[in-house]
Amino acid sequence: MSLILDVKKLSMRFGGIHALTDVDLQISSGEIVALIGPNGAGKTTFFNCVTGIYKPTSGDVLLNTPKTKNIRLNGLKPNQVTIKGMARTFQNIRLFQSMSVLENVMIGRHCRTKSFIFGAAFRTKFTREEEQQTIEKSYAILQKIGLEVSANELASNLSYGEQRRLEIARALATEPALLLLDEPAAGMNPQETQDLEALILRLQQEGQAILLIEHDMKLVMNLSHRIYVLDYGTLIATGTPQEIRNNPTVIKAYLGEGADA
Amino acid sequence: MEYFIELFFSGLTRGSIYALIALGYTMVYGIIGLINFAHGEIYMIGAFTAYVIATVLGIYGFPVLAIIVLAGLAAAIWSSAYGYTIEKVAYKPIRHAPRLSPLISAIGMSIFLQNYVLLAQTSDFLAFPELIPDFEFMEPIAHIVGTTDMVIIVSTIVIMLLLTLFIKKSRTGKAMRATAQDRTMAKLIGINVDQVISVTFIIGSALAALGGLLIASHIGQINFYIGFIAGIKAFTAAVLGGIGSIPGAVLGGFILGLTESFATGYVSSDYEDVFAFSLLVLILIFKPSGLLGKAEVQKV
Repeated sequence: MSLILDVKKLSMRFGGIHALTDVDLQISSGEIVALIGPNGAGKTTFFNCVTGIYKPTSGDVLLNTPKTKNIRLNGLKPNQVTIKGMARTFQNIRLFQSMSVLENVMIGRHCRTKSFIFGAAFRTKFTREEEQQTIEKSYAILQKIGLEVSANELASNLSYGEQRRLEIARALATEPALLLLDEPAAGMNPQETQDLEALILRLQQEGQAILLIEHDMKLVMNLSHRIYVLDYGTLIATGTPQEIRNNPTVIKAYLGEGADA
Repeated sequence: MEYFIELFFSGLTRGSIYALIALGYTMVYGIIGLINFAHGEIYMIGAFTAYVIATVLGIYGFPVLAIIVLAGLAAAIWSSAYGYTIEKVAYKPIRHAPRLSPLISAIGMSIFLQNYVLLAQTSDFLAFPELIPDFEFMEPIAHIVGTTDMVIIVSTIVIMLLLTLFIKKSRTGKAMRATAQDRTMAKLIGINVDQVISVTFIIGSALAALGGLLIASHIGQINFYIGFIAGIKAFTAAVLGGIGSIPGAVLGGFILGLTESFATGYVSSDYEDVFAFSLLVLILIFKPSGLLGKAEVQKV
C-alpha cells in the first residue's frame, strides 16, 4: 500500500489562536481514515488547510497520485488542489441548487475537460465528443450513487439524504485520488446513515481512499481502518477503532475530566 | 395604428441596444456582485473602434458587408481587451475589499476612460458612416420600420439566443453559472474562477461593442459622452429586469425602450426619461428584486 496523503507538522494560526499545531497525518491508498474530535477541535480547519482554502502557517501537505509523486499542496489555490487530485464535500450542503442533478455532476468534470469558448462557438468535433463523454461519465457516477432516476431534477428538489449523496457524486466526478468527506452523515436519519455507510464502503472497495470527519461514532467505528483524534488543534491519539475506543485521553477529551469518577 | 407600430419598432430598436449593454451589467453582477460602471465606456470605445475601422475601410472602398463584419469584429475584440484589462487593473486587486471599494473603483475607471477618449480623440461629435444599406424588399414598410431598425432587432435577438445557449449548454457556461451560485464551491470543484470572471468581462464587453456599432450606425454620430447615458439606461434596464438575471436584462431593456418610445411619441420627447425612470421607481417599490430577479438570500 502506497502513501497518498502525507501531512507533516501542519500548523495554522489565526492571529494568536493556534487552530492547529504540528498535526501529522498519513493516508494510504484504499484506506478509510477518520478524523474525529470535539467541536472546535480544528477538524474543518484541517480540511480547509489541506484543500487550499486556507494557507497553512507552517508544515507540509504532500499528495501522491498514480500520476504524480510528492506534490506540495500548501500554497496552491483550491482549484489547483482539485486538479492535483483531491475533492471534498462540506458540512453544510453546497450544491448548485438551481442546476439539475446531472449538471451538478457534470460541473465536477470541468477540471478534467478542456474545450473552451471557441470550441463552444464553432461546435468543433472535439467539443462535441468531449461533451458526450462528460454526460456519459456523469451519468455513470449517478448510477453508482443511485441517483440516476432524478438526473434531470433540480438539485434543490432532492431530499436531504439525496442531496448529500449528490455532493459526494460531484466530488467523485473530479476523479480524486483522495476524497475528503466533512460530516457526511450530519442531519441524516438512521436509514440514510445506513445507506451512506454502504456507499462509502462500496467506494472503498473500488479502491477510493477516503478521509472522513464525522460525529456519528457508530459510523466511524464501523468504517474506518484508522482514526486520528484532534483536540484543541493537536493530535491526542491515533490508532485502530478498537484502540481509540479504549484510549483514556480520548475519553477525557470527549467527556471531560470528571468522566473517570 | 400605423403610428403605434412605428413607435413600437423604434422602441424595440432602442430596447435591443439597452438589452445588449444590460447583459454586460447583469452578467458581471451575477458573477462577482459588482456594478461595473465602466461598462458604458466599453460600449463607447466599441463605437469609436468601429468608427475608425469603418472609416478607414470605407476609404479603401471595401464592400459594405465586409466593413460591417470587420468593424464589428474589431470593435468586439478591442472592447474585450479593454474589459479584460479593466477587470485585472481595477477590480481584481480589490476583490476581497468591502463592497463599496470596487464600486468607487468602477466609477473612477468610467471617468478615466471618458476623459481618455476625450483627449485621445475629440470632444466633437463625429459623423458615423452609414453602414447598413436600405434593403429593397423593406421598401413597402420603410415608413414604419427602417432597415437599420430591423437589422438591429434581428441581430440582437440572434445574439441573445446564442448567449443563452452558450450559458446553458457549454462547459464554460456551466462554469459561469456555478461560479455565480457559489464561488468557493466552484473553486473546490476545480474551476479556475479568475478565468471565468475574465471570460465574463470579455463576453459582456464584446456585446456592448456590438451594441455600440449598431446604434452608432443607426443614429449616425458618436462622441466620448455617449457611454455615460447609454450606460445609465442599460443599468436601469438591468435593475428593472432583476440584476443578475440574463432574461431579466433582455426583458428590462425592451420594456425600457418601449416606454421611452411611447412616451416620446404620445407625450413629448422631453418626458421620455421621466417615464423611463418613473417605471423603474414603481417596479422597485412593488418588486425590489426586479421583474425576474430573485430576492437575495444572505449566505451564512
